[in-house]
Amino acid sequence: MSQEKESVISTATLDNARKLVESIEGGDLNGARSIMDDIASLREMDLFCEMGKLTRELHDSLNNFKLDTKMSGLAENEIPDAKERLNHVITMTEEAADKTLNEVEAALPLSDDIKECSLELQSRWNQFKDRKLTADEFRELSKDLDEFFPKISAGTVTLNAHLNEILMAQGFQDLTGQIIRRVINLVHDVEEGLVDLIKMSGNQAVEKKKEDSKVEDELNTVGEGPIVPGVAHSGETVNGQDDVDDLLSSLGF
Amino acid sequence: MDSNMKILVVDDFSTMRRIIKNLLRDLGFNNTQEADDGKTALPMLQANDFDFLVTDWNMPGMTGIELLKAVRADEKLKSMPVLMVTAEQKRDQIVEAAQAGVNGYIVKPFTAATLKEKIDKIFERIDGA
Repeated sequence: MSQEKESVISTATLDNARKLVESIEGGDLNGARSIMDDIASLREMDLFCEMGKLTRELHDSLNNFKLDTKMSGLAENEIPDAKERLNHVITMTEEAADKTLNEVEAALPLSDDIKECSLELQSRWNQFKDRKLTADEFRELSKDLDEFFPKISAGTVTLNAHLNEILMAQGFQDLTGQIIRRVINLVHDVEEGLVDLIKMSGNQAVEKKKEDSKVEDELNTVGEGPIVPGVAHSGETVNGQDDVDDLLSSLGF
Repeated sequence: MDSNMKILVVDDFSTMRRIIKNLLRDLGFNNTQEADDGKTALPMLQANDFDFLVTDWNMPGMTGIELLKAVRADEKLKSMPVLMVTAEQKRDQIVEAAQAGVNGYIVKPFTAATLKEKIDKIFERIDGA
């Protein structure tokens, strides 16, 4: 109850008490009775205030309960989903790293081999230019050079293929980035929920605007990001490029 | 198909833009530019004479599907071929993109061969028309 209201009530009570004494001393019994009625109605007012307070508390508790169901939804569904998402991120980054390392390991011996061959041929070529090679040695060099040229062109084609695989493997950064962004949004929601809970328990109920429906609407244009195994996605999804091609050709593409 | 054609690659992740640019270069297309979402891409498309648009779906600011719709609604740009390269694989979304007039749809992760195949197909249809 506010201080102001309390002082109004106590002033009124004091006034009434004085009037009551005066009335009784003056022998005005009817007047005394009506003053006693006034005092009783003041008591009732007090009671109403108290009831109002209780109603407010009930309302707050109900709001708290609503918030609790939101939090339990986060705890039951969203957090396990987030764990799946993050595990999937680990898997994807691991695959990308393995892929990249495998390609590098496959490419390195090739470039080493080309380097060694060219160094060796270069030194023999220099000997030839210095006229230090015999005719037999030159025929040998010429034969080795004939073998070396196609080896270079084939080797660089293979090297390019390995480099392209390394390039494609970097796509994980986009896909995992999209997944992590969703988890960041979830962490933000949990944070907000916790802050609200703290405010509630501090008995400072704050009216919170529900934005869930807005978020739902946005999802269809904004997109959901990559499919994560073990995580339910809203709506029916396709399974890879072949499904996309089938769907589009069924639409007349 | 003109290997000198001017291509705009739109994706909010710079790694993916670089991957697509490198793949395009491997296919012989060297004239590429980049934008990080629809909002930056649209004025670039309007101010320049791009021949081909490759866009992601899920981007902050303006999404790829919004960009596609804006391109189709623009008198000057409406006939530009648009290839979507995205992780979005809900049936509804693919249907929506098709209805909005997309020319090709690739789901990530994709291969260099898929990109080549879809681009070839788009320009076969355009050159044949």
